Formats: sequence, C-alpha cells, structure tokens
Amino acid sequence: MMELSGLISYAVFFLTLVGIYAILTLGLNVQWGMTGQFNIGIAGFFAVGAYSTAILSTDRADNWLGGFGLPFPAGLVGAILITIPIAWVIGRITANLRTDYLAIATIGIAEIIRLFFLNESWLSNGVRGIPGISKPFGLGNNGYLLLVIGFVALVYLLVEVARRSPWGRVLRAIRDNEPATAAAGKNIAHFRLQAFVVGSCIMALAGALYAHFVGFISPEAFRPLYGTFLVWVMLIAGGSGNNLGAILGALVVWLVWSSTEMLAGLMPSGLVASESAFRIFLIGVLLQIILVTRPSGLLPERRPPLPGRDQ
Amino acid sequence: MWIEVTQLFINGLLLGSILALGAVGATMIFGVLRFAHFAHGDLMTMGAYFALLVVVSLNLPVMVALPVAMLMTAGLAVGIDQVVYRRIRRVQPVILLISSFATALILRAVVQMIWGSSNQVYATGIQMPWRIGPLAIKPDHILIFCAAAVLVIAVHLFLSRTRMGKAMRAMSDNMNLALITGIPADRVIMWTWAIGGALAAAAGVFLGMDTRLHPVMGWTLLLPVFAATIVGGIGRPYGAIFGGLLIGCAMELSTLIIPGAYKPAVAFAIMILTLIFRPQGIIKGAL
Repeated sequence: MMELSGLISYAVFFLTLVGIYAILTLGLNVQWGMTGQFNIGIAGFFAVGAYSTAILSTDRADNWLGGFGLPFPAGLVGAILITIPIAWVIGRITANLRTDYLAIATIGIAEIIRLFFLNESWLSNGVRGIPGISKPFGLGNNGYLLLVIGFVALVYLLVEVARRSPWGRVLRAIRDNEPATAAAGKNIAHFRLQAFVVGSCIMALAGALYAHFVGFISPEAFRPLYGTFLVWVMLIAGGSGNNLGAILGALVVWLVWSSTEMLAGLMPSGLVASESAFRIFLIGVLLQIILVTRPSGLLPERRPPLPGRDQ
Repeated sequence: MWIEVTQLFINGLLLGSILALGAVGATMIFGVLRFAHFAHGDLMTMGAYFALLVVVSLNLPVMVALPVAMLMTAGLAVGIDQVVYRRIRRVQPVILLISSFATALILRAVVQMIWGSSNQVYATGIQMPWRIGPLAIKPDHILIFCAAAVLVIAVHLFLSRTRMGKAMRAMSDNMNLALITGIPADRVIMWTWAIGGALAAAAGVFLGMDTRLHPVMGWTLLLPVFAATIVGGIGRPYGAIFGGLLIGCAMELSTLIIPGAYKPAVAFAIMILTLIFRPQGIIKGAL
C-alpha cells in the first residue's frame, strides 16, 4: 500500500514537470516550428518568468526586491507583462539576424540574464536564490498537477488556433520562403517580432508555473542544459511544427531523461565518476541518433488544410 | 592607474591570443561548412585534458604534450565529422547546429566522466612572476605568447602557400565557384576540421596553463570566441586573430568600470554592435 502511494506521488511529480516542459516546448514551437527562429536562449525567458512571479508573490523579504505578497494569478500575469518588453527589445535587436547569428545572440542573452540574476543580489538574492514560493489556493501536488494540465491544454488550444489562422500561415511562409513572403507584401520583421514575443511569453509562463511548483529558485536551475537543451531535444524528437508532437516529445524525452537516472544508477560506480554527466552523455547520443535517422520527429508536421479547399 | 591599465592590457593580449586560436578554427569551419560550431569550446576543453593525460601519464612538460594533444583533438574533430556531421550535412544547416550543441554536451560529459569535475592543473606549485618595474609577467605567459605566434604564422603559411590552404580559402569565399573548379570538397572539409581541432586544442592547453582545467572551461569561452569570429568577419582567419585580440583586451579592460562577473557580457555587447552596424566584420576585404 505504501509503495503504491509512493508510486502515485512520483507519477504526479513526473507529470507536473512534463506539463511544464510541454509549455516550454509549445513556446519554442511558435518560434522555431512555425517561424524558423533559432532561439537557444529559452533558459533566459524561463528564468525571467520564474523570478518575476517569485518576487511578486512571496512575502516581504529584506535581502532582495519584494516580495510583494501578490496572489498567484497576479504573479503569472506579472511574469508575462514583464517578459513582453524584454522579449520585444531582444526581438528588435535580433530581428534581422540569420539563423546562426540568432542562435549565438540568444544563447548570449540567456547567459547574461543568468549572470544578472546571479550577481544582482538586491534583486534576486544572488546565488542563494529565492525560497518560499507557495503553491496557489492551498493546492497540494495533485491539485497543482491538474492546474498545470489545464494550462497545457489552454496554451495548446491558443497555439493551435494561431497555427491554423492566417497569422500562422504567414509565419510558415516566412519560414519556408522569406523573399516570396516579402514579395507578397507581408512585413516580415513585424511578424517575426510578434512570434518571438508570443513564444517568449509562453516560456515565461512555464517559468512561473515551475517556480510555484518547486517553491525555490536559484540561478543554478537556469543553466542551458535544463532550460534550453532538453526543450530542443523534446521539440525535435516530437516533431517541430506539430503542437501535439511538442507535447508528446516533452513526455517521451522526460521519460527517457528520468530513466537514464536509473540506468546511471545501475552502472558500477567506479566506471561512472559522475552520474549526471553520464545522463547528459546518453541524452546527447539520443539526440544525435534522432537527428541522423529521423530528423522530422515522431509526429512530423502536417499542414492544416487551406480554407475553402477540401483535401 | 596607468600601471593597472598596462597590466590589464597584457592580460587582455594573453586572453586575446587564446581566443584568437579558437576563433581561427571556428571561423574556418563557419566559412567552409556554413554553420556555427557550438562544440568548439568543448573541443578546447578536450584538447586541454588530452594534454593533461600526456603530462600525467608520461611525466612530460606541457609544451611537449601540446603537439600530441593537438594531433589527438584534430583526430577527434575529424572523427566527429565523419560519424555525425557528414550524415546530416545535406539536410539543413540548422540541424547541424543542433547536432553540434549535442556534441558539446557529449564532450563535456565525457570529460566529467573520465577526469571528474574538480579543478586540475598541469604543474603544481606557484610560478614566481617576473617583475618588470611595477608589472608582473609569468614565464608561462611569454611561453603562451610565443607558441600562439608560431601557430598563427604556421596557419598563415598553410593558407597562403599550400594548395590545400588555397582550396580552403576558395571554398570559404565562394562555395559554388570552388566546386566548379574541381576542388576536392571532402578533403578540404577534413582538413578544415583537423586544423580547427588542433588550434582549439592549443587554445585549451594555453587556457589550462594560464588558469586551471575544468570541464566547463571551454564552454565559458565559446561566446567570446564567437564574438571574435563575428567581429573579424565570418570565414576570415586574419580577421579572427584581430577579433580575438580586440575582444580579449576589451574583456580585461572592462573590469576597470564594471564588475568582473560581467566580462562575457562585454564580449557579447561588442558582437551585437558589430552585427547591427557592420555585419560583414570590422575589417573588409578577402579573408
């Protein structure tokens, strides 16, 4: 009986993290899957969302900014409102950069955001992090899982509607053939910027949900590995451009990532000096295999039917 | 004040020559293969640890281990290309980019699994710096300057005097034209990886001599290396040398004004300004 309840509570913990990663992956899908923007600074927006809600919703503290003791919904809305100008500025600066340059620029920005939270302790309490971020409405882990699932469904619906809308069509057109889209009279820079800001806000929402789930955040949680790399593996494995694929990818990759923990535990300890390094090694190899053998992912993108035409 | 500035300038030139060695390789890979190689920093780490292997197991001085480490890293770079990158080269450049990100993590994990994640050094004990007036210069620094200069001259001779070097420049300059004239693309690509890997290893070894060895030592330098590449202009080895020295000096001198923790941000800011105002790099002209 004890074992069963332990198993259930592990499953709840596991699925909540899958849900948070699914939201991150959906955000990346707006930028990469739909628009072709190579953002590898996901961790930066994840951090902005998490720190925003932490500062807004915790109780008063002397060592860092806030807390303002605001309720949970205000924390989430605040996280998104704070992200909009940041993402807008970053998007404006990087609007005209080609893929490789955008990649270098975004990873630089994410690292600078992490350095900022690490060093400006008046704002974020530095390396010690911000504790005491409570779950909303007195929810336990089970209730919070339902809340996260609700947010996954909401974000999925919004992104899917956007994908099928004329707006989504323009984004795909930019991704596939930029000169032709420009020739059709679309303002490419505008659409790119919009997609970048929308995707970044979704990532910030995931960050806020993460902060309320784990209750404690520090700059350590926003290293490129967890914040950025795993999300990319999820999207590529699931199928970029496909929103269901993004959610499936989050589930499968987090399952693989969690089971590498067990695999690493089975290896003789003398052979594997560092367990986490071995897990990273395995997940890296997995990504290479996916890229070489199945670059379009588990659920490849399917174009939505054009309006007025039966297919 | 002036003493401090001069000292920082010397440190900057040292950091700059390490960055330059990394950037020359990165810019050639960028030029010939058209993608930003995100595992370049971790190739530097690999090179540094290969040298540690030689130093510890054969009890040799670092400068003797350097060529061995360069050869091993060159082989590793060619091997990674043959096993992974070659298979996805024709799909999309972006897939290569993601793949190199994965390679970076794999290399770092391998270093952690074999050598552990604590700091290590080539030689224990404190090296007494030479005092030139109020300035302090370590003998190792002179060694690094000289070795870096020799390597840069060797790359220059290779690029300007050998057929392979000329072919490499041609491919970097205009891929289609180069292919039409019958340049053996596969061999050029292999040479590019070999040289990029060897130079990255040298950069890693010098970084390890200057500070210490750590699994993320190369990764933290990746951003400044890319900054040097972009400031110098993509695909231009001579520009990359200039870019490396410029970024290195700027990073060190910036500590006069802002906290040292933001050093990587300085490199990044210079890079962004270059991308906005002079995307072709600061120096114009072929290579």
